[in-house]
Amino acid sequence: MKRLIIVIVAFIGFQSFAFSQDMTALVNKVKAKLDKVNDYVAEGSMKTDVAFIKAPVGRVKVYFKKPNHFKLKRDGGISILPKGGVTVNMSTLVAGNDFVALSSGDAVINGTKVKVVKLIPTTDNSDVVLSTLYIDETNLLILKASTTTKENGSFEIEMSYGKFISYALPDKVIFSFNTKDYKMPKGVALEFEDEEKLTDAEKIKRKKGRVQINYSNYTINKGLDDNVFK
Amino acid sequence: MYKLLQIELYKIFRRPRTYIAFLAITALVGVIQLGLVKNGDDYVNFVMGNVMQSFSFDGKLLNGYLVCYILLQLLLVHVPLLIALVAADMISGEANMGTLRLMLTKPISRTQFLLAKFTASAIYTFMLLVWIAFLALFVSMFLFGVDDMVIQKTNYLVQLPVGDVFWRYVGAFGFALLSMLSVAALGFFLSNFAENSIGPIVATMSVIIFFTILSTMSIPLFQKIQPYLFTTYMVNWKEFFDPKVNADNAVIVGSLQHPDRIIQSALILVLHIVGFVGATMVLFKKKDILS
Amino acid sequence: MQSVIKVSNLTKQFKGLTAVNDLSFSVNKGDVYGFLGQNGAGKSTTIRMLLTLIAPTSGEIELFGMNIKTHRSEILRQVGAVVEKPDVYKYLSAYENVALFAKLSGVKVTDKLVMDQLAMVGLASRAKDTVKTFSQGMKQRLGIGIALVHNPQLIILDEPTNGLDPQGIADIRNLILSLSKEMGKTIVVSSHLLSEIEQVASRLLIIDKGKKLVEGNAHELFDPAQTIVEIETTDNLFALQQLQQSRWQSMLQPQRSHSILLKLHRNQIPSLHKNLVEMDVQVISLQPRHNLEDFFLQITSNNQHVQAFTN
Repeated sequence: MKRLIIVIVAFIGFQSFAFSQDMTALVNKVKAKLDKVNDYVAEGSMKTDVAFIKAPVGRVKVYFKKPNHFKLKRDGGISILPKGGVTVNMSTLVAGNDFVALSSGDAVINGTKVKVVKLIPTTDNSDVVLSTLYIDETNLLILKASTTTKENGSFEIEMSYGKFISYALPDKVIFSFNTKDYKMPKGVALEFEDEEKLTDAEKIKRKKGRVQINYSNYTINKGLDDNVFK
Repeated sequence: MYKLLQIELYKIFRRPRTYIAFLAITALVGVIQLGLVKNGDDYVNFVMGNVMQSFSFDGKLLNGYLVCYILLQLLLVHVPLLIALVAADMISGEANMGTLRLMLTKPISRTQFLLAKFTASAIYTFMLLVWIAFLALFVSMFLFGVDDMVIQKTNYLVQLPVGDVFWRYVGAFGFALLSMLSVAALGFFLSNFAENSIGPIVATMSVIIFFTILSTMSIPLFQKIQPYLFTTYMVNWKEFFDPKVNADNAVIVGSLQHPDRIIQSALILVLHIVGFVGATMVLFKKKDILS
Repeated sequence: MQSVIKVSNLTKQFKGLTAVNDLSFSVNKGDVYGFLGQNGAGKSTTIRMLLTLIAPTSGEIELFGMNIKTHRSEILRQVGAVVEKPDVYKYLSAYENVALFAKLSGVKVTDKLVMDQLAMVGLASRAKDTVKTFSQGMKQRLGIGIALVHNPQLIILDEPTNGLDPQGIADIRNLILSLSKEMGKTIVVSSHLLSEIEQVASRLLIIDKGKKLVEGNAHELFDPAQTIVEIETTDNLFALQQLQQSRWQSMLQPQRSHSILLKLHRNQIPSLHKNLVEMDVQVISLQPRHNLEDFFLQITSNNQHVQAFTN
């Protein structure tokens, strides 16, 4: 997340469009705020909420180090994350070098007025087609980002801030993504169950999948070994 | 009764035939474990391929718990055949050997005799399952370690936290014992009708294979009769690996999606066991021993 | 005399076939009771009913004065039996088989008991060998050893000499005699061979087609005064005419196709022979048989049903 923002901010700094100057300034301010954090280790709980996945809430640890090291580790156990979301997407955003930042007006998120900034990559080799950032100008925080990719569908990131607002580190992050229709190949699964399960699955079926992380604690700028990200 | 049971167990475990099942299971589990040690990740990638297109998994997917689940899925369909080998031989084998008439001229009642025999086959079945549990669960846990268990159901994926799995296996093995006992009871029942062991063994195996095919094929015609086949209920050990989710779609640790199904299936299986063994007793008590 | 077995009006029907038909007999304490009949006469069915292996269609069976239906366990504790083949667990050793059945019979199993039993039937040296490796005779002896392990009062041996060589047959015969004489056991022995039974039995029962033909004491049935002589000559008609005019006339029996039958005392045979020569009868053969043998021959060879037995 952090990486995403930094990268976006960095690119926006090079924008030359006249009317996007304001946006660049805003994004730079956001970047400056984020720059206060060199590294952090965060602890929290993660829940993968996908219609066809029954997963438990698990403890996670998130590691970040400037400029773009990011790792999410489940504290024991297996993490199921959408491809191209959460972590992978960060790097896809940095893959290209050329973006155009466009102002897209104002909006309100959870009662907070935000600036809407659209980022369009100018190279063909980027997976990202379009990113939209919703920035709280007063507090210099990104409340929401939505991204459309070529390969991995589109997803949204929503952030809520609390205790660590001064570092622009969220307490809660929700990734939302579209899930494809998904059916197990019966022969392989060797699962022969009655069709009743369908309605059971239907009950919990929602179009969007979500991964929600609630951070309980951040350890900020205490130094972090690069080996953590290997 | 205890004396009789001792004698029956002694007879079972002195026969080479008894160990075929243990050897077969050891070989099967060993081969599958070897295969999974060597190419387990490929196997998981293949099986989970569909999900892996959209999701990335971080952690030890191929751990002892999953391996045990894979093994049980493959094994529990075939273990009835091994159970039949012993259970369907219990009465017919003695008739064939000619020892039945000698046994029954001893001062023991036929009811006691049958109860001891069925209990002995039940103990054999139990020991076979304990052996399966040892190899499939404990050896797999040793070989592959443990982690969360991610399994595919027909329509969804289930992730069970590592600490929420073991008790489910205890339940699943308990349920599997009931399933296998119903097979043993069927074999026992059929063994009453013949004076050679091949007939009842093959008959038991045929019934199990036939019913299992009917139970597992999702064809509307078959689905109508599936509730009446006891084999339909035998696979419900899998229900132990289906947890409930809360309003946020998060797995509730220690929960079961369909405890009612487990109880109902277990009851149906118990009824079958009691029915088969009871019928055997009624018939056997009146039976003229002509072998 | 105390009766050990008392069978009254015993009948067993199998789907349309009457295997045992209104059979009544009794076995007294100390008897060696010969149970004779052809294969399929109903011997085994009767023995299986005595041992509760088969339920009678009708009739009563009492052993040791108790009804077999109500006192099954008490009765079977006092009975040792070998029914048809002496089948035991082939994958177990002789020792293990004896110990197993001793335990089932309610006996406290000791090494001495098992080895004594095996020694009695001459198998002590093969105690540890699996029965698979045993000859028919050894299996038969083991079967008897097992039947006797709990020291039963009544011993039932169904065709115990089947499949044995002459030495084996002699061994079994001696064993039966010693069990009876030295240990005072009551023994029921069935056979389809009279020659076997006549050497051991004190009492006899012959059945055919499930019905009793004769029951009696062996010394009466084997009475020398009741010897039948079967004479075959070159001209039976002439011989018969000669005999009818002789002092042998009263002893003539209804004739059989190729021979003349006379009933007389065994001692009279030499003078009969002399007379026949004097009467110029050309004798081809002259065969003395005791009454029972003749009787048994009739049912076995002609399968002819004889209603009454003249004593």
